[in-house]
Amino acid sequence: MSEHVSSLKLYIGIWITLLIGTVLTVVVAKIPLGPFNAVVALSIATIKATLVVLFFMHVKYTHEKLTRVVIISALCWLAILLALSMADYATRLW
Amino acid sequence: MATAVIETGERETYLNKEYGIKSWLLTVDHKRIALLYLMGITFFFFIGGFFALLIRLELLTPAGDLVQADTYNKLFTMHGQIMVFFFLIPAVPAVLGNFLIPIMIGAKDLAFPRINLLSWYLYMIAGVMMLYTIINGGVDTGWTFYTPLSTEFLNTHVISAGLSIFVAGFSSILTGLNFVVTTHRMRAPGMTWSRLPLFVWAHYATSIIQLLGTPVLAITLVLVVAERLFHLGIFNPALGGDPLLFQHLFWFYSHPAVYIMILPGMGIVSEIVCCFSRKRVFGYQAMALALLGIAVVGFLVWAHHMFVAGISLYAALIFSILSYFVAVPSAIKVFNWTSTMYKGSISYQTPMLYAFGFIGLFTMGGLTGLFLASLGIDVHVTDTYFVVAHFHYIMVGGMVMAYLGGMHFWWPKISGKLYPEAWGRLAALLVFVGFNLTFFPQFVLGYMGMPRRYWDYSHSPEYQILNVLSTAGATVLAVGYLLPMVYFLWSMRYGKPAPDNPWNAAGLEWKIPSPPSTYNFEEQPVVTWEAYNYDELDKRAEEVPVAH
Amino acid sequence: MHTSPPATVEGVAHENPALLHHFATEEQQKNAANLGMWVFLATEIMFFGGMFFAYLVYRYWYFGDFGAGSQSMNVTLGGTNTAVLICSSLTVALAVRAAQLGKQKMIVVCLILTMLLGLVFLGIKGVEYHDKFVEHHVPGPSFYFPGHVPGHVNIPINQQHAQIFFSLYFIMTGLHALHMIIGVGLFAFITLHAMRGRYHPNYYTPVETAGLYWHFVDIIWIYLFPLLYLIDRSQ
Repeated sequence: MSEHVSSLKLYIGIWITLLIGTVLTVVVAKIPLGPFNAVVALSIATIKATLVVLFFMHVKYTHEKLTRVVIISALCWLAILLALSMADYATRLW
Repeated sequence: MATAVIETGERETYLNKEYGIKSWLLTVDHKRIALLYLMGITFFFFIGGFFALLIRLELLTPAGDLVQADTYNKLFTMHGQIMVFFFLIPAVPAVLGNFLIPIMIGAKDLAFPRINLLSWYLYMIAGVMMLYTIINGGVDTGWTFYTPLSTEFLNTHVISAGLSIFVAGFSSILTGLNFVVTTHRMRAPGMTWSRLPLFVWAHYATSIIQLLGTPVLAITLVLVVAERLFHLGIFNPALGGDPLLFQHLFWFYSHPAVYIMILPGMGIVSEIVCCFSRKRVFGYQAMALALLGIAVVGFLVWAHHMFVAGISLYAALIFSILSYFVAVPSAIKVFNWTSTMYKGSISYQTPMLYAFGFIGLFTMGGLTGLFLASLGIDVHVTDTYFVVAHFHYIMVGGMVMAYLGGMHFWWPKISGKLYPEAWGRLAALLVFVGFNLTFFPQFVLGYMGMPRRYWDYSHSPEYQILNVLSTAGATVLAVGYLLPMVYFLWSMRYGKPAPDNPWNAAGLEWKIPSPPSTYNFEEQPVVTWEAYNYDELDKRAEEVPVAH
Repeated sequence: MHTSPPATVEGVAHENPALLHHFATEEQQKNAANLGMWVFLATEIMFFGGMFFAYLVYRYWYFGDFGAGSQSMNVTLGGTNTAVLICSSLTVALAVRAAQLGKQKMIVVCLILTMLLGLVFLGIKGVEYHDKFVEHHVPGPSFYFPGHVPGHVNIPINQQHAQIFFSLYFIMTGLHALHMIIGVGLFAFITLHAMRGRYHPNYYTPVETAGLYWHFVDIIWIYLFPLLYLIDRSQ
């Protein structure tokens, strides 16, 4: 088939990066950054998730734009849920 | 089992290909699954309708004399839950959508036939769980399961009802998934997106809502069940939780769920209006985009159900403004249907009568929705019969009208038999009159201040006249609903055989025999025409489509 | 009917026994399955999203109690589990690669490794649940979580708010574990097929779609780990 076959080297590289990311998350959590601890932790998690999606789930190599549309719309809908309801929680007077 | 009936001279169809209960319960044919759904949905419709009738009988007199107060609470709860989750949400997609979408796009079946059967089984399992709930004494939370009432204070079967709806939601998700993949992957050569019938567009938009909304309801119900079992405090203010969190999660699904109910109806009405006006739909692109627009904007407005529940005023303002935006695509649809009819050669057959009913009643339901979207009026009419009348105009006046219209329109294709047209028109008239008689007085009642969900209104007997009208209307409506069931069943045995295209309608489903064969098309169809090409169709009226 | 010659020749298309009757080509079938899984994962995002929303609200309201709850978690076990899941993602990716290259034995080996890693994850999760149970950190009548809010020695932990944290912890990780169990079940089924040599470079859709599901479950954990184990750890 015309499917893209990734090299073993790439898979191992991504795997090591993900493991390093995990260690990094734990290490950074111990450094006092105030609210930025959460920002950093979620940023690392997002980078890790993106790597999994792009390389392990082959989204980088797919010719199908639709896959990306599906992922992005699901994330947009999650953003709608969080943003509009937090608009309520953040502005309550009680 | 697989007895060929060719020797009797009869053509092999999906109905007579195989006989026996196994050939139905293990079928993966989308048309047979649609009929299985039809049976389940009709059953639950009449159960829900029975509860509605008891509610109306109780309200005939101001005193609470027919049933106990607790029983009344159960009646309106079970009426709501059964009608919403077991009739309105699955009805059009699972019956007509299931039957028609593969045929309309020129495919042999849905993309995942076994998942389609699985979704029917899930629906039935959910139905059995709901029946178990009813038989064991029912549930009285209101269909909305509001916490902490449902989790801490009621001693009824909240858990089995909640799990039942969880399973029904799974069924709904699988149907939506099947439709989205089918629409993307199974279209015949030449069936481009701009040639898709609006019925398919409507189901595509519906599926998006089912896929992105239903999981949120599922997790909400999981949380409610967990909360009720273990008293975690997530939704209980006494334990530090926030009941509004429940409402946010619940309405994030349940407001868009209204569009799950109405969008497929809009698809049906588009097909019917074009066929019986003999015209191409006015503004095809706008119609398709409006469907998607409703699906998307429908997700931005849920907190208008919570204006008096204690959300922040700023959030309420945002949600109020966003709610008005739903009116834009909705109005586009209503204007375009009427523009389609303008200067068309209209014939008043049963499906068209239902379509007329839909357009008028949906418009009324939609406009009263604007009342409810505006903060000031909403405070006045929240939890009154005004709200009840409003959503019944959308759901019953809109969706059920469209469902019946669609059933009449495609019945010849589904069953291969013609229904009696005169009885059909009579039933359509009864449904329209009965519906308005039932629900229009409720607008007035609500505006006068009669609260919903009250079992006894003896403190203000002046509401009685309107309530009597409403109950009388409900009786007429019940007759109007029973009639089609009777003559559809009658026509299966005694009806005249239907031609392939009794309405001389456009669309692939009318180019194959009635009823279709198991794989729909003998050979892969190739689409070379635009949707709703009635002008061409009528020009070449003598050119009879080749039936394979 | 405006029919021109059919787009596919049926006899040719049906040579592969895995090709179902209603698809014209293998390509169409594969694309449908692939899209179906992605759409399903979109629904899963919203399913877990509802919980993340509940988490967000209470973390915003009860940050101190959440921090205290989080600091009672065992980071070593949680971190190990993260690593275990990442390894299992690698083995799944390698299983798909083996299928693409037609290495029959390699598929089976990778899938068995994946299931083993999945079971290791569930085992470690079980140990953690057991610890929580022993420490009375399970929500319910015997819930007891003494101490003070991190960084504020004079503010005691609010028991109710802490209980909400642990409720969310158990529901989120519990549903994640349920997804893991389903994933292991799926792979057990697929491994049996792989042993019979059903998958080859022209047909390995089940391996691929189940793999997508497994990676998704991994991603959920990638977020759950910092959100549940690492709140306010710098105090």
